[in-house]
Amino acid sequence: MKFRILAYLFFFIGIADLFTKIFYGNIFSDLTEDYYEIANPILVFTPVLFFSIGGIFLKESKVSLTLENFGTSRIKYYSPQFICLTIVVLIFLFFTFNAQINMENRGIDFGFDFLSQEASFDMQFSLMDYDGQDPYWWAYVVALLNTLLVAVLGIIFCTIIGVIVGIARLSPNFLIRNTAAWYVEFFRNIPLLLQIFFWYYAALRALPLPQDASPLFGVTYLTIKGYYMPAFIWNNLNIFTYSVLAAIISIIFIRYYAIKLRDTEGKQLPVFYISIAILIILPALTFLIGGVSLDFEIPVLKQLSATSFIYDGGIAVPPELIALTLALSLYTATFVAECVRAGIQGISKGQKEAAASLGLTPNQVLKLVIMPQALRIIIPPTTNQYLNLTKNSSLAAAIAYPDLVLVFAGTALMQTGRAIEIVSITMLTYLSISLAIAALMNWYNKLIEIKEK
Amino acid sequence: MFKLIKQFTSFVAMVAMLFAFTTETMAAKKSKTLKNTQKKGFVRCGVSQGLPGFSNADASGNWTGVDVDVCRAVAAAVLGDANKVKFTPLSAKERFTALTSGEIDVLSRNTTWTLSRDADIGLTFVGVNFYDGQGFMVRKSSGITSTSQFKDGISACTNIGTTTELNMRDFFNSKGISYEPVAFEKADEVVAAYDAGRCDTYTTDKSGLAAQRTKMSNPDEHIVLPETISKEPLGPVVRQGDSVWEDIVRWSLNTMIEAEEYGITSANADSMKTSDNPAIKRLVGAEGELGAAFGLDNEWSLRIIKQVGNYGESYKRNIADPGILPDRGPNELWTKGGILYVPPAR
Repeated sequence: MKFRILAYLFFFIGIADLFTKIFYGNIFSDLTEDYYEIANPILVFTPVLFFSIGGIFLKESKVSLTLENFGTSRIKYYSPQFICLTIVVLIFLFFTFNAQINMENRGIDFGFDFLSQEASFDMQFSLMDYDGQDPYWWAYVVALLNTLLVAVLGIIFCTIIGVIVGIARLSPNFLIRNTAAWYVEFFRNIPLLLQIFFWYYAALRALPLPQDASPLFGVTYLTIKGYYMPAFIWNNLNIFTYSVLAAIISIIFIRYYAIKLRDTEGKQLPVFYISIAILIILPALTFLIGGVSLDFEIPVLKQLSATSFIYDGGIAVPPELIALTLALSLYTATFVAECVRAGIQGISKGQKEAAASLGLTPNQVLKLVIMPQALRIIIPPTTNQYLNLTKNSSLAAAIAYPDLVLVFAGTALMQTGRAIEIVSITMLTYLSISLAIAALMNWYNKLIEIKEK
Repeated sequence: MFKLIKQFTSFVAMVAMLFAFTTETMAAKKSKTLKNTQKKGFVRCGVSQGLPGFSNADASGNWTGVDVDVCRAVAAAVLGDANKVKFTPLSAKERFTALTSGEIDVLSRNTTWTLSRDADIGLTFVGVNFYDGQGFMVRKSSGITSTSQFKDGISACTNIGTTTELNMRDFFNSKGISYEPVAFEKADEVVAAYDAGRCDTYTTDKSGLAAQRTKMSNPDEHIVLPETISKEPLGPVVRQGDSVWEDIVRWSLNTMIEAEEYGITSANADSMKTSDNPAIKRLVGAEGELGAAFGLDNEWSLRIIKQVGNYGESYKRNIADPGILPDRGPNELWTKGGILYVPPAR
C-alpha cells in the first residue's frame, strides 16, 4: 500500500513536471546558465524519470506476490529491468546530446515558441475560420481537423462499401460474387499513391469546367474545380435540433418497450419502421407548426475572365477532398471486405442451417444469428484497417489536400525551419489519433464480445 | 640523472604539444567540409527536382543549368574536376533540412535569400546567381493581361514550402481579392494541375514560370503577366559555421561573374595568363596567391573558368539558348545595365 501511494505520488510529480515544462519552459534555465547546457538533456527527461520511478514502485507493490509465485530472488527479479531502463535512458541521452551539439554548431534554436507566431500562409480549405494572421498552433488545429475529416469520411465509406462487398462475395449469385471478387483483387493490388493520383488527375480531370457542367440532382454541380452544393440556411434551427433529440430519445424508449414486450408476451414490434417514422414525423412537424423553415443558397455561375468561371455561394467541396476520400475508401474497403468475409465464413454452417430451420428469414439469419457472432471476428482486424486508413491519409500531400502533413509538416516546417519540433509534434499527433481509434474500437469489441461469467 | 630524464621528457612533450597545436591551427584553417570533400572526392550538391535552365537532368542523368554550374565551379576549384559532383534532387520542403543535417554541402536550388532563412535556421547565403521576382502565368484564352483583372474566387496553383506561398497571400490581401490557394509538394504536380484546368493562374518565380512553360502540353497557350510582385534573389546556400567553405563557394560564384566582366571565357582562359591587366592575371592564377587563403592552389579560379565557363557562358548555354529567358534583364553585368556586381577578387 505504501508503495502504491509512493507510485502515484511520483506519477503526479511527473505530470506536474511535464505541464510546467510545456507551459513555463525549463525553470532552471535562468538560474544556471553554464551548468544548464550540460544538465539540460537530463532535465528535459525528468518527467520520464519520474514516471519510471513511479512505475517501479507500482511494480514493487505487486512484487511480493510475484516473488512468492515464481520463487525468485529480488536481485534476479530486478536486474534485467534495471539494465533495460539504463540502456533506454542512455540511448535517449545520446540522441539528445548529439542533436543538441549539432544544433548548437549550426546555430539552430530549439523551442516551441514559434507556435504562437503568425503563420502568414493561407489554406485552401478549412472547417474552422482560418486566416494567415492566425498563429501556427491554430494552423495546426485546422490542418488536424482536415486530416480527421478525411479519416472519418474514409472510415464511414470504407465500412459501408466493405460490408456490402464482403457480403456480396458470399452471394449465391454468380455475377454479384465475381464482381465483388474482381473489385477486391483489383483495388487491393494497386499501390494507394497511384490510386490517389488516378482519381485526382485522371478521373477528376475528366470532369467538365464549371461553365460546361450540367446540373446533378438539379442544383449541384460536379466540376473540375470541385463539387458545388447548395448551402442550407436554417430558421429556428434550435427547435429542429430539439425535435431530432426528442425523436432519438423516444426511439430508445420504444426499443426498450419492444424488448420487454417480446420477453414477456412474445410479441414482435416492427421497431425499425416505427423508428424511421418517428425520425421523419417529429422533425417534419416542426416545419409545419414550429416555425422552422429552410432556405437554400444555390450556387450561381460567376465569370472571372473570358474562359474561367466558378460557382459562387453554397458549399464547395474541393476536388482534392473528393479524390482522396474516394481513393482511401475504395482501397481500404477491399481489406474491410475480406475481414467481413472471413468473419462470416468463420461462423459454422450449422448455425445458419439451425437458424433457417427455426423459420427465420435469410435477412433475419444474417442480422440475428450470423452478424452478432461474426462481428467478434471482424472487429479486431478491421480496427487495423481503420488505423491504416488514417495513417495513409497523410498521402494527401501529393494532391494538395491541406492535411496535417502538407500544412504543418510541410509549409510550417519550411517557413520556420523547426524540423525536429514539428516532425515530433506531427508524429505524436498521428500516434494519438491511432491510439484513440484503437481505444474506441477496443471498447466496442469489449461491448460485443462473449461475456464470460 | 633520473630527474634530468624526467625534465627532458617533459620538455620534449611540451615541444611536441606546441607543434601539435600549430599544425592543428593550420589544419583547422582548412575547413572540415573542405577536408571531407577532398577525402570523398566529390562535392555533395543539392539541386531541384527538375527546373529547366536552373537544374535539370537529361535522359542519361547529366545535370545542366546555372544552379548546377555553381556546384561544378566549386568542384573544379576544390577537386580540379567539374564533373566530380554528386547531385541530390530535393523538394522545396526538404532542402534546408538536407543541408543543415549534413546530407549535402552546397544547396544550389533556386533558393530565395531572406532574412529569416539567413538568420534563423542555421544557413548562410553566399551570394546571388539569379535576380528574380514572383509572377503569374495565365491562359492566353482567358483574356487576362494584367493582375488588375484578377477577380474574387480565383484559384492559384503553387508549391508548398516556398516564399511564393507567403508573397501570394501578401499580394492578394493587399489587393483585397479572395483567392483559393492550391499548394502541391512538387513542381511537376503543380504544372499538371494548372495545365489540366484546376487553377486559373500558376504563380512562382518568373524564371520558374518561363522554365515550366516549356513543359506544358501547349506552351503557346499560356502567358506570363508583366507584373512582378516580389524580389527573389536566388543563390547558393551553405551551412552556418564553416567560414572557409562559405568563402570557397562564394568566390567560386564571384569568379564566374568577374570572369565575364573581364572577358575571360573557357576558350581564352589559358591565353589570358599573359594579359597586361593584373586583375585578369590574378583571376587566372598567373599573379598573386589568392587560393592560399582557402587552402587551395593558385589555379583554382582558372579551372573554374576553363571547365565551367564564365557566368555569361553559363547563362547563354542554359537559359538563353533553350529559349527560357533570352533577355537577361537584371542578370546582366553592372557595366551593361544590369545589377550583377561582385566584389573584386584581389
